[in-house]
Amino acid sequence: MSTPLLEVRDLAVDFGDAPTVRDVSFTLDRGETLALVGESGSGKSVTALSILQLLPYPTARHPGGSILFEGQELIGAPEQRLTEVRGDRIGMIFQEPMTSLNPLHTVERQIGETLLIHRGMDTHAARARILELLDLVGIRNPEQRLRSYPHQLSGGQRQRVMIAMALANEPDLLIADEPTTALDVTIQQQILELLSDLRERLGMALLLISHDLGIVRRMADRVAVMQGGRIVEQASNTDLFTQPQHLYTRELLDAEPRGRQEPIPETAPEVLTGRNIRVWFPIQRGLLRRTVGHIKAVDGIDIDVRAGETIGVVGESGSGKTTLGLALLRLIDSQGAIHLDGENLRQVHKTALRRLRKSMQIVFQDPFASLNPRFSIGQVIAEGLRVHAPNLTAAELDARIGNALTEVGLDPDSRNRYPHEFSGGQRQRIAIARALVLEPRLLILDEPTSALDRSVQSQIVDLLRALQRRHRLAYLFISHDLKIVRALANRIIVMRDGQVVEQGSVEDIFTRPTQEYTQRLINAAWFSA
Amino acid sequence: MKTDRVPSLDPTRVDIGSGVNSGLLIPFPVRYHLNPINQRRWQQFQANRRGWWSLWLFMMLFVASLGAELIANDRPILVSYQGDWYWPVFTDYSETRFGGDLEIAADYRDPYLADLIRQGDGWMLWPPIRYHYKTINYALPTPAPSAPTADNWLGTDDQGRDVAARLIYGFRISVLFGLALTLLSSVIGVMAGAVQGFFGGITDLLFQRFIEIWNGLPVLYLLIILASVVEPTFAWLLGLMLLFSWTALVGVVRAEFLRARNFDYVRAARALGVGDLTIMVRHVLPNAMVATFTFMPFILTSSITTLTSLDFLGFGLPVGSPSLGELLAQGKNNLQAPWLGITAFVVLGVMLSLLIFVGEAARDAFDPRKQGIKP
Repeated sequence: MSTPLLEVRDLAVDFGDAPTVRDVSFTLDRGETLALVGESGSGKSVTALSILQLLPYPTARHPGGSILFEGQELIGAPEQRLTEVRGDRIGMIFQEPMTSLNPLHTVERQIGETLLIHRGMDTHAARARILELLDLVGIRNPEQRLRSYPHQLSGGQRQRVMIAMALANEPDLLIADEPTTALDVTIQQQILELLSDLRERLGMALLLISHDLGIVRRMADRVAVMQGGRIVEQASNTDLFTQPQHLYTRELLDAEPRGRQEPIPETAPEVLTGRNIRVWFPIQRGLLRRTVGHIKAVDGIDIDVRAGETIGVVGESGSGKTTLGLALLRLIDSQGAIHLDGENLRQVHKTALRRLRKSMQIVFQDPFASLNPRFSIGQVIAEGLRVHAPNLTAAELDARIGNALTEVGLDPDSRNRYPHEFSGGQRQRIAIARALVLEPRLLILDEPTSALDRSVQSQIVDLLRALQRRHRLAYLFISHDLKIVRALANRIIVMRDGQVVEQGSVEDIFTRPTQEYTQRLINAAWFSA
Repeated sequence: MKTDRVPSLDPTRVDIGSGVNSGLLIPFPVRYHLNPINQRRWQQFQANRRGWWSLWLFMMLFVASLGAELIANDRPILVSYQGDWYWPVFTDYSETRFGGDLEIAADYRDPYLADLIRQGDGWMLWPPIRYHYKTINYALPTPAPSAPTADNWLGTDDQGRDVAARLIYGFRISVLFGLALTLLSSVIGVMAGAVQGFFGGITDLLFQRFIEIWNGLPVLYLLIILASVVEPTFAWLLGLMLLFSWTALVGVVRAEFLRARNFDYVRAARALGVGDLTIMVRHVLPNAMVATFTFMPFILTSSITTLTSLDFLGFGLPVGSPSLGELLAQGKNNLQAPWLGITAFVVLGVMLSLLIFVGEAARDAFDPRKQGIKP
């Protein structure tokens, strides 16, 4: 039997004194796809980076194990040998296409660099090769794109450029670290199709790292499930998905958001109504900054939310979902009438508006950014109460904080701890507690689950559903994840370019979408998961 | 190794004060203990050994110079005369108190007075340097400026005043001036930058144009012109230089506020109905403080340098004040007396170097990239 292309044996990685990866072993043959799956922090990316020896040494160490690429040891290999391998024999695609491209270099230079270093191509030959590559990864008008800078490209195009860079020297192994996580669902699909197509054509091996089991199921020949820095199960694709052996694998597979929203009574009062909401950003040109046009982030949207009801707002990124949410809360300037419990938010005075904020709250997407790292959890939750209920005694305040924490399923004694000590899911619970403690009528949830792992997502969905039932909350649920929206929403608004493409009840939208755009979103959602 | 120094982030050890709720700005309980972030910064600061020792050395020099009257003075600290104790450093006594004839302030350096006290079974406890910065030594071996002797450790300047004494007082006035200027211009700069960055838009635009014009004013000429009209004093100079030095921090603070006002947690606070001022102070300001604290030691050095150069040019503190710049100018005018120039140079060099080292350590302490890499 010939030696495998890549063989990782008992790999271990320490960061400082903290063991991060232990006993990771797998092999990868030419033309094969192996997927590493697991939740964030399970050591997938660290494993991938150790193959290229790209970890921050000497903070990171390998107390044991070996990584053999075509039979040659990579751990501790001299820098010269590593640079020969990197980018030439092994290509890598990173998760975040914006930060992995140098913002000051054109596309031509980004891709040309690796050709220059490894192949010693001159400008002319390199340009021909770059055009070929751009064509290969499906970028239209490659000649024009040569001179573009990363910020002039869309997310999908950037990821294609990244792939072109990784493929430039026809590597034997391509490592794709969450290649589609930062992209819209519809674009995810295209990129994945591109990757599997390229793998077949070029006969590469692919090491795919993902937390998304849908992607893995579609792409991988074999799957390795990682948890806490170890591989807990390794099996062929069909075996893993049909007969998962390890408990954790089963948990991962079961972690789909389930359930449907119960219908609400016809008599439920309207909490929030918005009529013809518009948010236009002026485009100014010339010396005198004349307004020549507008970017219509939100363009004439009508919306009603009733008590106990969830409205799902879906659409690709850039469709104006978040802007709509911020406009309804009057956190950004907008036009159009907004009524909260019959009070016109547009006409109330600034101080009155601050009083009304008690009834409408928001939970943001990124639980790491939405909590002030300098505040303890108790302070985070108390902040709103100090504004809206300044007369509470210290004991009452303490009791309210404790209740809020209990309600979102956290230990009330954790109030003196700081955000960095909590996981993403726990932080999102804290953000929900901060909103809930004011007893709002309306909660705007701006992608509250998209920064979280699948299994945590379903817990948050369950929590949100329970809270809604208990307090008859009205939710405006903004998401690009149609699976979660389906599990939570009563009605759905599909947005594109600031306008409503389609709206209706969950059943109607999912079973009888009338617009092609909606159909595409639904397909993409069920394809990827 | 750096990672070894990262302190434990044991959550249970972080105390926060009790939940007392009072006051106007809806204050949070003040934290008396360093939070984990600041603990780590403090350790980072200590990890820069050069900066850490520089801080100690500078603090020692500064504290010592604060008590300059006890180190270099033309009156004794303590006089015992006929069984009574006197404190000439703090109180003025007339000569008659010690058995003299005239109702004039006692001149303790006068052998006549020393005799009187000795006759009254008394003794005097002198500071190590028996000269005040104003004291003129009339008993010089050579014409002023005279070279270092056992009496005048660093020689005298061209008016016969002891250089060592003037140095100690000059150091104190330089540092005090620098600190005052730094503190005041930081406060004004942070406020101005905060308003610009937080509100943005037209406020920001107008403010920035104003600062650009303001920075275009030729400060030195203005100071020279004003110095010919009014006799500059410490407060005068401070105010005048403050007019132009507060813009130093505006840029960084403004940038931090511009960045931070769109943070999710700032949005969240706004959605909670928290007022602008509270948001600025509680959520955004701490972000800007990192940049401010990093800059402050460097503003301090530049303040000291500015004062020194004004003194050097003769537009600084009033004539006769102890000042390093004036000593430097004397050194330049009396090249035959190298102790003047060398002394001033060494003291300025050491002081500014120490401050730069402290500033470097502070910069390290606030550098998030130095805080170890998390897996």
